[in-house]
Amino acid sequence: MIFSEHLLTVITFLPTLGALVLLLVGGKGEAVDNLARWIALAFTLVTAALSLWLWALFDPANTAFQFVENFDWIGDTIGYRMGVDGISVLFIPLTAVLMPAVVLTSWGSITKRVKEYLIVFLVLETFMIGAFATLDLALFYVFFEGTLIPMFLIIGIWGGARRIQATYKFFFYSFTGTVLMLLAIMAMFWQAGTLDIQQLLKFRFPPEVQTWLWIGFFASFAVKMPMWPFHRWLPEAHVEAPTGGSVILAAILLKLGGYGFIRFSISMFPDASHQFANFVFVLSIAAIIITSLIALVQTDMKKLIAYSSVAHMGFVTMGIFSGNIYGIHGAIFQMISHGIVSAALFLCVGVVYDRMHTREISAYGGLVERMPRYAFAFMVFTMANVGLPGTSGFIGEFLTMLAVFQVNTWVAFFAAFGVILSAAYALWLYRRVIFGALTKESLKGILDLDRREIAVLVPLVVLTILFGFYPAPILDATAASVNLVAENFANAIGAAPQAVAAAAGH
Amino acid sequence: MLSDVSSFASLAPAYPELLLAAGAVAVLLVSLFWKGVRSGVIATVAILLLVAVLALLVLQPATGALFNHTFIVDGFARYMKALVLGGAAATVLISLSGSKAHGIDKFEYSVLVLLATLGMMIMVSANDLMSLYIGLELQSLALYVVAAMKRDDAKATEAGIKYFVLGALSSGMLLYGASLVYGFTGTTQLDQIVAAITLESRSVGLVFGMVFLLAGIAFKISAVPFHMWTPDVYEGAPTPVTAFFAAAPKVAAMALFIRVTTVSFGPITKDWQQIVIFLSIASMVLASFAAIGQNNLKRLLAYSSIGHVGFALVGLSAGTAVGVEGVAIYMAIYVAMTVGIFACILALKTEDGAPVETITGLAGLAQRKPFVAASIAILMFSLIGLPPLAGFFAKWQVFLAAVEQGLFVLAVIGVLASAVSAFYYLRIIKVMYFDEPVAKYAAVPGELTVVMAGIGFLIVTYFVTVGAPLTAAAQAAAGSLF
Repeated sequence: MIFSEHLLTVITFLPTLGALVLLLVGGKGEAVDNLARWIALAFTLVTAALSLWLWALFDPANTAFQFVENFDWIGDTIGYRMGVDGISVLFIPLTAVLMPAVVLTSWGSITKRVKEYLIVFLVLETFMIGAFATLDLALFYVFFEGTLIPMFLIIGIWGGARRIQATYKFFFYSFTGTVLMLLAIMAMFWQAGTLDIQQLLKFRFPPEVQTWLWIGFFASFAVKMPMWPFHRWLPEAHVEAPTGGSVILAAILLKLGGYGFIRFSISMFPDASHQFANFVFVLSIAAIIITSLIALVQTDMKKLIAYSSVAHMGFVTMGIFSGNIYGIHGAIFQMISHGIVSAALFLCVGVVYDRMHTREISAYGGLVERMPRYAFAFMVFTMANVGLPGTSGFIGEFLTMLAVFQVNTWVAFFAAFGVILSAAYALWLYRRVIFGALTKESLKGILDLDRREIAVLVPLVVLTILFGFYPAPILDATAASVNLVAENFANAIGAAPQAVAAAAGH
Repeated sequence: MLSDVSSFASLAPAYPELLLAAGAVAVLLVSLFWKGVRSGVIATVAILLLVAVLALLVLQPATGALFNHTFIVDGFARYMKALVLGGAAATVLISLSGSKAHGIDKFEYSVLVLLATLGMMIMVSANDLMSLYIGLELQSLALYVVAAMKRDDAKATEAGIKYFVLGALSSGMLLYGASLVYGFTGTTQLDQIVAAITLESRSVGLVFGMVFLLAGIAFKISAVPFHMWTPDVYEGAPTPVTAFFAAAPKVAAMALFIRVTTVSFGPITKDWQQIVIFLSIASMVLASFAAIGQNNLKRLLAYSSIGHVGFALVGLSAGTAVGVEGVAIYMAIYVAMTVGIFACILALKTEDGAPVETITGLAGLAQRKPFVAASIAILMFSLIGLPPLAGFFAKWQVFLAAVEQGLFVLAVIGVLASAVSAFYYLRIIKVMYFDEPVAKYAAVPGELTVVMAGIGFLIVTYFVTVGAPLTAAAQAAAGSLF
């Protein structure tokens, strides 16, 4: 069927089409803003539906890339190449499903330049989906780096009081890291003679070259992820961004880093990944413990959740660089789960922020008396953030710790502290915001979730609990590809010492 | 000796130049004798002439060497000339509406622009140190006058004098270098110099001459450390003139630089490579930092153009066909972005007609003039080199060439410099989008809207529309030199 052959292209560029339609909407005023919101919602919903269809059509048993489109485009270097395998396929529905939620939040929280807001978000969606769907390294860079433009504007225009510093910091951390990856990409082109990811995955880079390429990619992904100590941009960006921006940043953009580690670092530079694994473990442990401790002392809700994101990403990097099947599987699961949970937590903060216009934890307390439904939703997501069994947060953390236990017991030992600490800061946040007596005058009139907010949060609650009890949809879709990645990694690092030994024997 | 010019038809490769020369003289005569003709009409005729020459150039595929091999037309020359003509025509077009306000509503302006363009075309086609110098001087002399055209303006006069004095100095260096090169190789013809050079037996005198020759040309592309005139001239000259300076002459000088290095000094690539790498790094780094403190838009764009020359030279540093292809693509995109950004600046006037030339004057532009602000924002993101905009693909090709040749230090410094340069480009976006508006702006002339929309469209859709054909054209152009 022709349509399904180009499904990835359609999903990727449909949001851009929506942005173009929005450009045609003229005029000002409440009615025009609402029209723009409905148009954006329609486009994001159709994209989401198509992305779920993609997931349905995806054959999990097949480890090759599917829905492949492949032709040369600019000269003999850059091609237009699309395709997904088990590693990337789930990130596309994740992105597409969260976007309608972002558009829905624009009703309550965005009042100025609404049309522009929706346009940049739709463009951003194209870049994000494109980055996961492309099979050309240069095109990956284009999509990956392209996200900076809309995000810079989102934080800078619709952000909070200190938005300018935050958006500059975000931009420069990301840009500086990513240009180094650009040079690594170019070096790969001259080494392998192609930018086609399918062929690059089969190409064996010499180990000493791998080291440099790995560093180039690491510079980019470690910032994006973000790994400690490259995380400094994240708390500020999160705090200042509007709710929709925080959601996308935490749920999708951070995942680009994790996806990149699996797709490129582990798969294309296995020797270097093995060599640097302990280094990554140290940074991951540092992220898990240090940022969890920092999260404990935060007074701003968004900042607390932002730091907890860094900590959770520590589990992801730890799992990926354990290099075994549980670790990579767990990392992907953790990323999907964190995508849902952190998005939901930021949406929850957005709900009370829209009412009270403050994110100070001390400004709240006893919300359960006025907002029972909100308290329930917030509880589910807090528990998932802690990693309580029965929520999606548990499975990823469990698998990554299981994986790293095989490789290095001490790393697993220290990572376990992260689980304890996350319970501490998340539950303490919940207690301070939701429980206690409702003494503050300003909170006496606060209203519970309205219909729109329920429509946003209920699907996320369902998904959080569903994947906690029944993770099979995610694990099945990824299993075969993860297996292949882990196998290749094991073969590569297993082969390397043998090659050295053989060379020494001569 | 006219032996190789047996008939008019044999001059076919030079038809575009002949048409432009005849046209420039005709325009001059008509405007001298037809009193009372409005300068706008002359300027329009000049644009049409430039477009006609461009059409002739494109439709007339004859190549070959003429005039005792002093004048060569190859794929590379045709590509670069197309850029020169396009840049020149576009910059005259965008200056139409503001010519009175900027004091250039004189017919001499159009004539001088035509003559300067003719000089550039000769530079691009020069295959001899003599024709090289003639083209360069024809261009420079016309530009000196244009820079100082607004005689009663102290800044413009200062700019003209500065440009003239430093330009004369650079011509002197170039001539000195040319004489040494001639002395040590026995020929002035660029493609014969190469036959007299071998890497093993090169003499110090030849390298010395080459350094001076390249220094002279480096003045014209304003590569650091020969850039001092650029910020002052850009700021002092009337904005339409600055726009003209920033686009076409840079392309012509860059083409000359490429031809001299790759054609004449091919065997001693290792020697000039060091020079180009130095120029490149110095330009990128200095421009990135020096531009941060600027508040005058034109001064900022001067540093920006210095930086972009540095990035283009990254491609030439590689000394390969891939590198020259990169420079060719880079210059095409650079011209488009330059024309676009100057169209935006020329479009901005406050309600009382004063031009907006400071960054702070752009505050809140996005709310008052969303279209202009969006155009500037797209151009700024493109100048930074962010994908998917055209500026990224320009940088892509030049850095690709540098990485191929293992010039990793240059490449790393280059990309980090581009990160620094992002700072000042982003500041403009910040001022336009994040700050609150203060000034009110006058309506934007129609032709500027068209130019902004057209260039904005090409830059945003580069990957889809022009990317593939432009790359193919640049590849063919570079191929004709190697």
